[in-house]
Amino acid sequence: MADPTLHLGVTLALGGRPLVVDLTSHAAAIGLVGPSGAGKSTLLRVVAGLERRAVGVVACAGELWQDAATFVPTHRRNVGWVPQDGLLFPHLTVRENLAYAARIDLAPIAALLGVTPLLDRRPRHLSGGERQRVALGRALCAAPRLLLLDEPFSALDRSLRARLAADVAGWARDHAVPILLVTHDERDLVPFAAEVWEIGEGGVVRR
Amino acid sequence: MILDVTSAVRLSLVVGVAAAALGLVPATGVAWLLARGTFRGKSVLSAVVLAPLVLPPVVTGLLLLRVFGRSSPFGGALDAIGLPVPFTLLGAVIAALVVGFPVYVMTIRGAIEAVDRRYEEVSRSLGVPPARTVWRVTLPLAFPGIAAGVVLAFARGLGEFGATAIIAGNMEGRTRTIALAVYALLDAPGDDPRSAWLVGASAALAFAALVGFEALTRWQRRRLELDG
Repeated sequence: MADPTLHLGVTLALGGRPLVVDLTSHAAAIGLVGPSGAGKSTLLRVVAGLERRAVGVVACAGELWQDAATFVPTHRRNVGWVPQDGLLFPHLTVRENLAYAARIDLAPIAALLGVTPLLDRRPRHLSGGERQRVALGRALCAAPRLLLLDEPFSALDRSLRARLAADVAGWARDHAVPILLVTHDERDLVPFAAEVWEIGEGGVVRR
Repeated sequence: MILDVTSAVRLSLVVGVAAAALGLVPATGVAWLLARGTFRGKSVLSAVVLAPLVLPPVVTGLLLLRVFGRSSPFGGALDAIGLPVPFTLLGAVIAALVVGFPVYVMTIRGAIEAVDRRYEEVSRSLGVPPARTVWRVTLPLAFPGIAAGVVLAFARGLGEFGATAIIAGNMEGRTRTIALAVYALLDAPGDDPRSAWLVGASAALAFAALVGFEALTRWQRRRLELDG
């Protein structure tokens, strides 16, 4: 069998209460659901290499990112992390944000996400939904090995949400980029045909 | 008394500009270390950097004289390569730089600390190495605050008196800046109109610098506001 898309065998101390995660998945899209405050976003940060409090093993597509002796720094993991609030670079225009770490042509991605008319604007002149789309685009343009999406559609209305999720899912399939998606709304996971893991009292279980 | 108002103003401007320019890179580097670094001895570094803020300027001047005096190894070496420090304009610049360094570092440190670290995290997650992230994200976002530091260091350099008097002396046309000229005129008999000119020039320069500082600080705040 091929290497798993993602293997997480980590223990995380979240405010004193340990979260024990044992997740191995071969799926192209993995959905992580659970109540807020359960540690979903923190787990994304662990995979991105931004969370030093996690102890254990992290591996992606056969590449070891973390164990007792190894810690691959974030910039060498080449993940496309899209935090919940997007965090567009405020000093750059939409075009410059997309181009920031682009390894592929940004025009098709801007078109896919419907942000082409916004290219010359600054983030402060965008709505919440527009910012989320640009943040998604910035991650896609970097041609990541793994997309880490943290509630990426939360600022969008229901109809746009479903359409955008379908577009992103299609792009990821076409480019063979696996996705780890965190959400509290499982309807977001439908277009991705994601394997669903639920984070709960002290652990993560496959549904 | 031989004392030229224009020369004093010119020397003050030269000292202020040179201190701000020479201090920019080290102040930014130290500010970044204090804002973002995690290392042993950080509080020691912070204390050393801030020391000139609390030391009497005269004491700072004496310490500088110890380091840069012609009889010290370092000062002697500088002298040998044609860069004598005591009683020269270079001495005045060094005094202004050292005395102004704490406010320089503190202003830039504040600007860097105000930048949400998660911007840097996003940058690194996109494959941009830490040093390039500082260059492309942290410093541009902190830019107005860094510029405010430059203005403040310049203004502090303009007004430097105590340490300058010790290491650079009060030599007409060479090291006599506005502050030293005003001091020299205190000894002059009667009311010398040049005093008024110097005080006016000093106040005008300081005021202009502070207006610039305030504007840059406001720009810094706006730059980091997404919803502004």
